[in-house]
Amino acid sequence: MFAIDTIFHRLQRGCQTMRYPDGPAPALPDRHGGGLRVDSAKCLPGCSDCVPVCPTRAITRPGKGRLKLDLGNCIFCAACVEACPAKAITQTGDHRLAARRREDLQLGPPGAEQVRLAAALDGKLLRLFGRSLRLRQVSAGGCNACEADTNVLGTIGWDLGRFGIQFVASPRHADGLLITGPVSRNMELALRKTYEAVPDPKLVIALGACAIAGGPFSGLPPVHHGASGLVPVDLFIPGCPPHPLTILDGLLRMLGKLEGKAGA
Amino acid sequence: MAANYLHNGAALAQTVIPLLSWAELRQHILAEVEAGARLAAFFGQPATRERARLVAILAHPGEGNLSAWTANVDKSFNSLTPDCPEAHGFEREIWEQCGLKPEGHPWLKPVRFQPPKSASPGADKTAPIQPGVTDYFQMPGPEIHEVAVGPVQADIMEPGHFRFQCHGEMVYHLEISLGYQHRGVERALLNGPHRRSLHQAETLAGDTSIGHATAYCQALESLAGVQVPARAQALRAIALELERLANHTGDLGALAGDIGYLPTAAGCGRLRDDFLNLTALLCGSRFGRNFLRPGGVGYDVDEARAGQLHDRLQQAAKDAASAVALLWNTSSVRARFENTGHLAREAALDLGLVGPAARACGLARDVRHEFPAGLYRFCQIPIATFHTGNVFGRAQVRWLEIQRSLAFVQEQLKALPAGSIQTQLPQPGASLAAVSLVEGWRGEICHVALTDASRRFAHYKVVDPSFHNWIGLALALRNQQISDFPLCCRSFNLSCCGHDL
Repeated sequence: MFAIDTIFHRLQRGCQTMRYPDGPAPALPDRHGGGLRVDSAKCLPGCSDCVPVCPTRAITRPGKGRLKLDLGNCIFCAACVEACPAKAITQTGDHRLAARRREDLQLGPPGAEQVRLAAALDGKLLRLFGRSLRLRQVSAGGCNACEADTNVLGTIGWDLGRFGIQFVASPRHADGLLITGPVSRNMELALRKTYEAVPDPKLVIALGACAIAGGPFSGLPPVHHGASGLVPVDLFIPGCPPHPLTILDGLLRMLGKLEGKAGA
Repeated sequence: MAANYLHNGAALAQTVIPLLSWAELRQHILAEVEAGARLAAFFGQPATRERARLVAILAHPGEGNLSAWTANVDKSFNSLTPDCPEAHGFEREIWEQCGLKPEGHPWLKPVRFQPPKSASPGADKTAPIQPGVTDYFQMPGPEIHEVAVGPVQADIMEPGHFRFQCHGEMVYHLEISLGYQHRGVERALLNGPHRRSLHQAETLAGDTSIGHATAYCQALESLAGVQVPARAQALRAIALELERLANHTGDLGALAGDIGYLPTAAGCGRLRDDFLNLTALLCGSRFGRNFLRPGGVGYDVDEARAGQLHDRLQQAAKDAASAVALLWNTSSVRARFENTGHLAREAALDLGLVGPAARACGLARDVRHEFPAGLYRFCQIPIATFHTGNVFGRAQVRWLEIQRSLAFVQEQLKALPAGSIQTQLPQPGASLAAVSLVEGWRGEICHVALTDASRRFAHYKVVDPSFHNWIGLALALRNQQISDFPLCCRSFNLSCCGHDL
């Protein structure tokens, strides 16, 4: 009987993989808020109400200068959005957050109100990894939520494998690392060794506020300030944790797989 | 009820906590544990360079209350572990953090490879720490071999180091060494609450954000002496059960995946995503970040949203029943789940296991039932137990809990109490002690907060259920094939970051 049950169950389910990126991106939850936009020109003179409410000190206003928000260290609690009297910091509702350079996550000055989205890899790397990317994941002192939502990408709804992206067991089989966590001192050696074990050329992806800048743990003595102090990082994906759609967008963007797609 | 007894989620003045000699306290703990109490927390608070104060929190399930006890200790104390095995991890932790040696501890070694607290006796903060470098149990014999795995694992999962003593495929002993995820959260909470404390509580274990945030908020509220509005209590319980649903469903899918049974792996993987999205419907975050606030919750659920949650749960319940039924009806699945990873009821009892791992051994332990707080004082969920103590039992308990949580959440959504969702939270009281227990999806979460005269946290202790349960996994691997390790490990699905703090 069970064989028939299994087949019936399978037939009933049909294909559950989303059409994205060929179709539009699935909607974020209505209370999610997405990315942030910072218009420092709107700041009231002398106001710095948003600075003390930020739990990770991601917002600074040096002297009387312009407001700066480091989206890399942001945990998207939106306390600053609520605190701002001039609506200089707003939620965009956009799931796209990944950047190739750390400075592209600094928001505030004119022309840099929003994150500068990641560009695709250059010629040779794109030829090497564009159709097949094998990643080794290294957890280094985080909270396991980034890992959980990376795992979700492997489920049938998202089906990461259809893009040629796969997580492998050995760094020797990998083209790069996906790092989560601020890098605890107790994981430093293991991370370095894993990085060295990946053959050149290799990519490093820093996933989540911790891996980019320490997140909720930034400044604590047992941890570093993210991965980029220890290994060169090629892609930063902000969030605490990033929505699976944000992670997928970052990976596809880096591999140039969103160009001309409805979900871009 | 004596002055040093309190209910879950209550606070008492530190002055009423008895200060005993260690010999008296040791005797008292042994007698209470013999009578059915459990050691919910046991930790050291460094006082001066020469001494520390040991604090023991006993949970009395028969009476439904907790009690607090202290003793001052210099340099060393007579270990509890030989007579009360559930103290083994706590005593190793006290030795590592405070430098107090539990004399006679059978296997004294670091828990997390962290530097000692500054005021600890014999504290040497300059000594380099090498995680994982310590003594391991070794079996002699010409055909015995040792397998070492980690800290970097072969899958997307947290780091830990595992040493197996094997004869051929057979595992005789497994030893687990953790600490790689140590971030120093307990210490960061000192002198708090800070602006960041709630977020650090949420990330003690990211898959248990609601559980740990509830424990943190409950502790803070009892220190401040406020009652959370009924509506907020109901919403907190709904979020906690949604967290349980997502993780239990994900675990059943992953268990199926580990034995290569793809229909349930695919179905439950997808369902877990759906349950996370239901939490996101509450607050925007799939892990419930920012949902709880000290004094209540940050987001309300209006009738339309409650209706939407209810309907989506109804569909998820149907899908879960169809995906999970395949597991129990497929003989090859049963053959792999049954007789794998057995843990004896006595071992679970002696080692103080909690959560589904304990309930699968027939122990009726559940904070929601034994020490109810919040909504669980009024609406109870029956305890789900099973008797086999193996992978099958742990899967069964999860499935029973999924069904009961689904029914519970649907019922609560139809009867949300009216009123506000947040109450004003005054500063914590001075020199108080609060104990807060929450039944997270992995089991009992215990937070203990002590305030000083200036109303700040003088000490904050977190006990994640994984802290009790890792030793259970090690024992369940005995006389198993090493290839069954992933399956056994998943059936416990313990947290490294919750353990390592």
